[in-house]
Amino acid sequence: MASTETRELEVRSSEPPKLRMLAQIRAILRHREVLGGLTAKDLKVKYKSTALGVIWSMLNPLMYLLVFWVVFTHFMPSGIEHFAVYLLSGLLGYTLFSTAFAGATGSIVDNASLVSKVAFPREILPLAAIGASLVNFFYQFVVLILFLIAIGFPFLGANLLLVPGALAVLLLFTTAVGIGAAALNVRYRDTRHLIELSLVAWFWVTPIVYPASIVLERFGGASLATKLYLANPLTAVTLAFQRAIYGNGGPLHLAQLPDPGLTWYWYRLGLVAAASLVLLFLTWRVFFRMSGDFAEEL
Amino acid sequence: MSAAVEIDRISKRFRLYHERPTSLKERVLRMRRTHAEDFWALRDVSYEVRPGRTLGLIGANGSGKTTLLKIIGGILRPTSGEVRTRGRIAALLELGAGFHPELTGRENVFLNASILGLSKKETERHFDAIVEFSELEQFIDNQVKYYSSGMFVRLAFAVAVHVDPDILLVDEVLAVGDEGFQRKCLDRVRTFQQEGRTIVLVTHAIDWLNRVCDEGVMLEHGRIRVAGDTDTVVKEFRGTMLEQRSPFVRSDTTKQVEIASVDLLDPEGTPIRRITPGQSMRVQVDLKANEPVEGPIVSIAIYDAADRMMFKTGTDWCGMNLGIVDGATRVVFELDGMPFSDGRYHVTVGVHDIGVETVYDWHDQGYAFDVDTTIKWEGELYISHRGRQEEL
Repeated sequence: MASTETRELEVRSSEPPKLRMLAQIRAILRHREVLGGLTAKDLKVKYKSTALGVIWSMLNPLMYLLVFWVVFTHFMPSGIEHFAVYLLSGLLGYTLFSTAFAGATGSIVDNASLVSKVAFPREILPLAAIGASLVNFFYQFVVLILFLIAIGFPFLGANLLLVPGALAVLLLFTTAVGIGAAALNVRYRDTRHLIELSLVAWFWVTPIVYPASIVLERFGGASLATKLYLANPLTAVTLAFQRAIYGNGGPLHLAQLPDPGLTWYWYRLGLVAAASLVLLFLTWRVFFRMSGDFAEEL
Repeated sequence: MSAAVEIDRISKRFRLYHERPTSLKERVLRMRRTHAEDFWALRDVSYEVRPGRTLGLIGANGSGKTTLLKIIGGILRPTSGEVRTRGRIAALLELGAGFHPELTGRENVFLNASILGLSKKETERHFDAIVEFSELEQFIDNQVKYYSSGMFVRLAFAVAVHVDPDILLVDEVLAVGDEGFQRKCLDRVRTFQQEGRTIVLVTHAIDWLNRVCDEGVMLEHGRIRVAGDTDTVVKEFRGTMLEQRSPFVRSDTTKQVEIASVDLLDPEGTPIRRITPGQSMRVQVDLKANEPVEGPIVSIAIYDAADRMMFKTGTDWCGMNLGIVDGATRVVFELDGMPFSDGRYHVTVGVHDIGVETVYDWHDQGYAFDVDTTIKWEGELYISHRGRQEEL
């Protein structure tokens, strides 16, 4: 064993500790195996003792697809070319967001026994919830790609670079709101319910089932309503996913999207990324400040 | 050499809400009506543990032991003061924290080990040893929900003892399980000590403090009552346990015969409060009968500080018959060579009929004496002994 003098000195004092981000990131990295373990736990527990296992996570978007496809191609024709592809390109990102956000919100309370008995960076818990949703997203994305290949939809090209870009921004935004909500939920248990409710509304103010072009036409490109509509971070992310995959189908497909080029989407993603960073800076501080009392409050 | 754990003027306040408002609506509605009471779980506690030492925290329930342990472990934040620690900490506050019933034994081992600070590589290296220690070879791939509680604890403990910390914090987790299991735990703690690790452990048991710890801290209502070498702490703890005991008062005594006085004397008849192990003692009970009673029986019992009965006898078992008791009489018990170890003991005296259906009078643990060792020995019992060397 190393001599005591060389060991890291840790000081815990009464001051609500100031968040030193680099130090905290290092602490989280030191505990990355806990993060991996808890992520795996979330996934394993979800599908333990089920016959279909992880296939369930793929069935969820397929069910959405079936329902919306029936409604919007047969009952209320939307006039969108390749409606299935359109829906799936936007839906997967939103599903990732909603499951990760809801999971992160409840993560501290759901792991009360851990929080009150073991010391580790508390950020791990919401991150593990987001991680589990991310893994599901990858499975679903594989299904999407297979589907595209099966129907012969052209999706290869530079536009595909928008996928990792949109995903990164989405994760950044989800983390920012997720850890804030996780901390709030410890003190105010309504937070979870509030968020579940708001996720329903959020789904419909994001262009997933219908094209954004409808909103732009209705309100006009420069109106306040449009600006507000586009300010929704999930709109930027969803549109980027749609541009990356669906937009590759041809001019008919591009017509459903606000802008035919790629730059517009990168620009929008950039704005959301910047805003998310600022938000993360704030929510992380709140989280860190409150995390010292989690063990007591549970 | 700098301390491994420095506890520097730590205080911890808990707010006790009479009904804790946990939702926004409740909070708004009750804004004016919530009255929180402050409860100081710890008050101005300072102590230093040097590397390689084992500190035992002892105290009654609610004295702040576990709170202090949680603060050292970084699970709770102190209200004021500072804790400085050097080295990797593992806190065993609960066996199997983070075990998930749906996961298999194997999956839980890896998850729990990572939470306790072991890397995956280290866990893989120790995996066979962990399974062997838990004696669960056949069940390791079963879901933990099918385990018995004994199996669960064994597996959790097996993981816990394979962590590799510089500082080990142990709550009363080790006090579970059967004797064989406890022995295993004790052996493991000894190994940790030999490896030069610093240990802070919370215990109720004087026994553990004596056998395992190098030094002790006794907490009382969140303050340090006494700290230092284990002997001093143990003595003080025994003493306070007695102070806090309220004698059990029997309401069903008939007072036909009363216990007028009880005296603890040495064999020469001088009153004593303090004896050495192996010394003899005389218990003298004076009775006063308010009406003639036929064949009452006088019983005495000696209890130790932990309220265990050490010895009990009565006039009937001694082959005595007190006959008809009228007026005053005296009963004397000569206790030869009492084999008691250190500590405080107290005597209960009762007068009753044969079958203990009628109790005439009863003094519950009203008389105390201390046993103090003057020579060096160890164990639960004292045996009078000599040593000699023989020529061969």
